[in-house]
Amino acid sequence: MTPYSYQRPQALADVIAARGQAADTFLLAGGTDLIAQMKSGQRRPAHVVDVKAVPEMSQIQEIGDGGLEIGAAVSATKLAARPDIAQLHPGLHDAVQLIGSHQIQNRASLGGNICNAAPSADAVPPLIVDRARVRIGGPAGEREIAIEDVFDSPGRTTLTTDEVLISIILPPPLDESVDAAAVSSSAYLRFTPRREMDIAIAGAAVRLVIGGDGSIKWARVALASVAPVPLRAAKTEAVLADAPLTASTLALAGEAAREDAMPISDTRASADYRRDLSDVLVRRAIAIAADRAGHTIAST
Amino acid sequence: MDKQVVTVRVNGEAHTALADPRDTLLEILRDRLQLTGTKEGCSNGNCGSCTVLADGEAVCACLMLAGEATGVEITTVEGLTQGGRRHPVQDALIEHGGTQCGFCTPGIVMSAVALINRNPTPSDAEIRHAIAGNICRCTGYEKIVRAISRAAQAEARS
Repeated sequence: MTPYSYQRPQALADVIAARGQAADTFLLAGGTDLIAQMKSGQRRPAHVVDVKAVPEMSQIQEIGDGGLEIGAAVSATKLAARPDIAQLHPGLHDAVQLIGSHQIQNRASLGGNICNAAPSADAVPPLIVDRARVRIGGPAGEREIAIEDVFDSPGRTTLTTDEVLISIILPPPLDESVDAAAVSSSAYLRFTPRREMDIAIAGAAVRLVIGGDGSIKWARVALASVAPVPLRAAKTEAVLADAPLTASTLALAGEAAREDAMPISDTRASADYRRDLSDVLVRRAIAIAADRAGHTIAST
Repeated sequence: MDKQVVTVRVNGEAHTALADPRDTLLEILRDRLQLTGTKEGCSNGNCGSCTVLADGEAVCACLMLAGEATGVEITTVEGLTQGGRRHPVQDALIEHGGTQCGFCTPGIVMSAVALINRNPTPSDAEIRHAIAGNICRCTGYEKIVRAISRAAQAEARS
């Protein structure tokens, strides 16, 4: 590793000030990506700023009516242990338990999974379908953007070099706002050649709001590893909106997911295989989300 | 870069060392404190040979900077010995042939201890999941899983 300075500020303002001092300042949360990248020479920081002592970045807080603000440095294990994440955001709960090993999950942070900007980031598709926003701080103050707008290209975010991802804001899931009898749930599924310690060849997150009449009132779908950035699947969402919860809807959604996916072929899988996986994973994730919401898929 | 004084608590004792900001917890443990039970394998978080407990949770010591370990209670495989007696997981690994070359064993032991501490009666599937971050190239894992399962059962009975 090339030499760097290490500091661990206690205040958010000090993290933002430190981040702005030089473009080669890197923020350290869990370190499971950054330290490995520093060792391989892929990233060569001059300054490392450990953000784990900053309360806003290391806590989970309830906001408004059922919303959650998750500090960027909160670990996967801490999220997995939260009953409210399991209940309100089961897709995110699925994802944080798939990242790496226990050793990795005990350190790896939600903010790090976002800022590493891997198209395969498991936690991101569930955040997209749950309409997450991110709070960003910089020298000019704070701004908030939708999670899907954070990603520029593989390994690159749209944040400027003087900005800090402070936290992730999860609004309460839609349900009774749609109709009084509506229910909602989410799911995330990925495919990996090995069951553990692997990177998704493709992944799919689905959020469904199912009305009192049993049809899909609102749906959001996002895909991992099939585009340069985590991808919202617009055609798949359009198929699902106001559709009955039937096997034929699932088949149409799977077909649409093939069209939404923009995969490349690489050492881990071919583009065709990733399209096939997108189809299968989207159908299965819809069925899991529906089941969690207390509904089954009709065979017609 | 300037060296910094770091104080790490390892196995219940505070140790102060002059560290380069690049030093990992693993390097402090092995090179400064001579706690060489913790092994260096891949050094990028894939193999689990360097697994230690940080505030009771299994982590890879190779992916933690010395500075990050300040204020954290670290337990290494050496810290499991009580009154000269091995931890039941260690005895079970010996008894069931769960160790061959031994290089992965300290990391396996730490992952198993973390598991049993949070879940005293793990299923075989839970054991396999808990040691998924620990690579063993000798045993094929069957005897490791059996040993951890027996150790947990014996602990739960006692």
